[in-house]
Amino acid sequence: MDRPVSPSPTEAKPAGEIKLACRHVWKLFGPRAERFLRENPRPSAEELRAAGLIPAVVDADLEVRTGEIFIIMGLSGSGKSTLVRCLSRLIEPTAGQIFFEGRDLLRMREREMIEIRRHKMGMVFQHFALLPHLTVLGNVAFPLEVQGVDRATRERRAMEMIELVGLQGRENYFPRELSGGQQQRVGIARSLAVGPELWFLDEPFSALDPLIRREMQNEFLRLQGMLEKTIVFITHDFDEAVRLADRIAIMQDGRIVQIGTPEELILAPATPYVAEFTADAPRVKILTARAIMIPADGIGEFAGEVLPQARIAEIAPAVLADARPFAVVEGDRLLGAVDREAVLRVLVGGRRQ
Amino acid sequence: MNTAAPAVPTGLRLRAGLPFWLAAIGLSLFFALAPRGLVPRWALRLPRDLEIPLDRYLSQWMDWLVTRASFGPFTFKEVTRGFAWLMDWPLSLAKSLLVSGFVLGQGSAAEPLSAPVSWAAVILFAGLLAARLGGARLALLVVGCFAYLALFGQWSSAMVTLSSILIAVPFGVVGGLLLGIGGFRSPRFERLLIPILDVMQTVPVFAYLVPILFLFGFGPVAAMIATIIYAMPPMVRVTLLALRRVPAEIAEFGRMAGCTRRQLLWKVLVPASRPALMVGVNQVIMLSLNMVIIASMIGAGGLGYDVLASLRRLDIGEGLEAGVAITVLAIALDRLSQAAATRGERLRHDMGRGIVDRGRLLTGAGLLALASMAIGREIPALAAYPEAFEVSTAPYWAALVKWINVNFFDQLEAFKTFLVLNLLVPVKRFLLAQPWPWVVALLAALGLRLGGVRLALTVTGFAMFVVLTGFWTKAMITVYLCGLAVVIAALIGIPLGIACGLSERLWRFVQGVIDTLQTLPSFVYLIPVVMLFRVGDFAAMIAVVLYAVAPVIRYTAHGVRSIPPQLVEAGTTSGCTSRQLLFKVRLPLALPEILLGINQTIMLALSMLVITALVGTRDLGQEVYIALTKADVGQGLVAGLSVAAIAMIADRLIGAGTTHMKQRLGLAT
Ligand SMILES: Nc1ncnc2c1ncn2[C@@H]1O[C@H](COP(=O)(O)OP(=O)(O)O)[C@@H](O)[C@H]1O
Ligand SMILES: [Mg+2]
Repeated sequence: MDRPVSPSPTEAKPAGEIKLACRHVWKLFGPRAERFLRENPRPSAEELRAAGLIPAVVDADLEVRTGEIFIIMGLSGSGKSTLVRCLSRLIEPTAGQIFFEGRDLLRMREREMIEIRRHKMGMVFQHFALLPHLTVLGNVAFPLEVQGVDRATRERRAMEMIELVGLQGRENYFPRELSGGQQQRVGIARSLAVGPELWFLDEPFSALDPLIRREMQNEFLRLQGMLEKTIVFITHDFDEAVRLADRIAIMQDGRIVQIGTPEELILAPATPYVAEFTADAPRVKILTARAIMIPADGIGEFAGEVLPQARIAEIAPAVLADARPFAVVEGDRLLGAVDREAVLRVLVGGRRQ
Repeated sequence: MNTAAPAVPTGLRLRAGLPFWLAAIGLSLFFALAPRGLVPRWALRLPRDLEIPLDRYLSQWMDWLVTRASFGPFTFKEVTRGFAWLMDWPLSLAKSLLVSGFVLGQGSAAEPLSAPVSWAAVILFAGLLAARLGGARLALLVVGCFAYLALFGQWSSAMVTLSSILIAVPFGVVGGLLLGIGGFRSPRFERLLIPILDVMQTVPVFAYLVPILFLFGFGPVAAMIATIIYAMPPMVRVTLLALRRVPAEIAEFGRMAGCTRRQLLWKVLVPASRPALMVGVNQVIMLSLNMVIIASMIGAGGLGYDVLASLRRLDIGEGLEAGVAITVLAIALDRLSQAAATRGERLRHDMGRGIVDRGRLLTGAGLLALASMAIGREIPALAAYPEAFEVSTAPYWAALVKWINVNFFDQLEAFKTFLVLNLLVPVKRFLLAQPWPWVVALLAALGLRLGGVRLALTVTGFAMFVVLTGFWTKAMITVYLCGLAVVIAALIGIPLGIACGLSERLWRFVQGVIDTLQTLPSFVYLIPVVMLFRVGDFAAMIAVVLYAVAPVIRYTAHGVRSIPPQLVEAGTTSGCTSRQLLFKVRLPLALPEILLGINQTIMLALSMLVITALVGTRDLGQEVYIALTKADVGQGLVAGLSVAAIAMIADRLIGAGTTHMKQRLGLAT
């Protein structure tokens, strides 16, 4: 399956305009990759191997809308980091186009790229990438320093960011004096200091302990609730993806095999690989009433009403307690009904449909 | 790296090894025992008319450069002398500050303007700096070191040396940093740089003293330039390595933050690799100090000159005191720079409030210096350490030497004669009897076995350089002295290293000793040796062994200690006795590391060997040294390059052998 499944109109969030998009992006590592790709526009795995090239990103297409959390997920080595570095042009793609606010990034000159990175993009790294010679304050203020913002202004701004991530009192510590979780908070504060519109996070919590990871995910959601950035977030952990995502792109061996909401991935996995990922997902927390409802024709009496985007976990106690079905209502339109049986199927029924 | 031809299975190659070695040894013995006249003369020494007179060409070229070459309106010599004149400024400033005081006017009309910074102020400042960088213990050590210099009457010489170090080190560090950055940014530049560094680090210093002398004249500036050239290569390498080691994510962060190329370099990469770069700075300081004595041959003055002069007079006491003074200075600067390097790794957010605040330290130092310079004119005891309070141990050392010579002369002499007759002379004869075509063929065969055709060609090329330039016999004498010294060093170093590898306590002790030994400038090793054994090959060999033994101990200990513990446990559980464990598990696994140590030892031995020319050896070192005294550019350079060729042959062969062995043992390379 090459083509990603197009996102359905049943999106939780209203579709914003497209902030970032990429078209047919390839990244091949190895000698003379560009020429090879020009001569073989659709190379097979064997041809690539014969040419000594490593296909890190293969013909990637995606669109990220303003204000959404777009997650790129895949096993390690599937090309997530390479793709996100192509999107920010830290790595020059071998072929393809990347549109940021409608303009092709790959056509931009060094100077323009620097301006965009200085004002519109921020990035958080898996291993924090803090500068060892600067304090927390110095690190957070660094992107502003590079722009030539005067010391007083940048330190004031940096202090705001430090408070935002709850590290006040630690601003004069050096990175090595902080725990992993604290270091990543610095990384987050630093990437937010210039007020970027587009926020890249490359496995930001993967190097942290599970408990801390959960705390940081909550923190991340809290921040996003306040800031409403456009986010490209990378993870190899489906649970994390499901907790945070508006939409998820799943990568395998450099290809994007499916793009969709968590619910869509669970209900209609495009390949066995995707199904494998979604198998252990907490379905009651992901599926909505809309996804499991049955036609409401001929039902005389309802026990109550639920919203179509209500999660099963939220409505299950009420639905299970009543023999009568609940109506799924949007505005004053009756969409369908949810009954005990439908909920039970999700709760106990086979994990795969 | 090119490795041995993979088509041959390892087992086969190993079995093929024994006949190879037997044949090699047999044939060599045959040549050694063959009656005179059997081996044709041309095979022992290339006839003169076949030699390439590279040395003469070089001398002529240098002559042309100095007398006739020109850039536009200026002759080449004017350019270099102009450069020397520029470099003289900071050096004179430092000397005025620390040694002579400032004067108004020139020559005999000069009027003293101020005294130099007082010895007391310098000691105080060094102590405060040490306290800030490393706390009270370091302060105590540094004050002790500087106090030694004053107390033993070495102060003004030491300050001459210190001022040239203080100027040479920044030049070496900045130059090395910039070259390293150039190599980091441009792979093409790096490809150009690496072979030059290889040569620079293996050519003995003496060899390039002569051209420097020609270009920059005799004097402190020429000496300083030689010092910078000598001390810079490690900084270049360290810079390359350090910048490469910066984690990719940090560089990526820098670019994401919108750094320009220059900002990325100076605000991200260089500061992020500061701890690693400081290792390079430390190296530059230590090498500059190592160069002090040699530099005094072309006019550096200072402690180096004192050592050299007393060595020439065979005045052991004086030489020893000046030598110790260099060592003391080296220890103080070494510890200070190491403290500066590791300080960043300790907690810093409360260091600002440490014992001495930086701003206050600098202002304080400035005021102190000014005050002492002003008062110094009135109070001579402050300007110069009063002679009445100086002590000297020189008479005692002289007495000790005399006493040893009176009481132990016979024993020492007998020991020396025994070894010379039974070891040195036979080995020398054996090596000199080998015809060069045979040796070159042997080296080529070794290269082929260890690393393939390319290595064989490289090694042959280096060897033929020595043959064709007419330095074969001298080179063989170098090989004999160096070889013996390395074998002896290995016989001492490997067992000691193994013992250290097995015992933590012994290792801590030995590590302290060899760390200190390695801060000694190479010249200092000559002093006690000359004291006991006078001059000649034997004395030279002992000095070389002492100077070069440290790496083989260090690497062996490291090799034994870093064997994966599972392997040792596996050996124990399969019932090895501790003896078997050592010989069947530990040693084979540590062997690659031991070889690396031996490689380092060879490099040190070769560099020391050239210096031992001062105590009367007859090898390439002597050629270089004679060239220096005759100011013969070509001879010095070519003899020096021959030493470099020997070093590189050894380095490439051992390197290939190590890789080969590591692959066989399945260790990461
Ligand atoms: N600089 C590089 N040179 C060669 N291969 C690379 C390079 N960077 C990544 N790769 C390869 O590209 C593939 C994708 O890597 P990456 O994007 O880091 O995966 P992920 O982030 O999903 O773990 C891997 O097979 C990796 O080995
Ligand atoms: Mg990755």
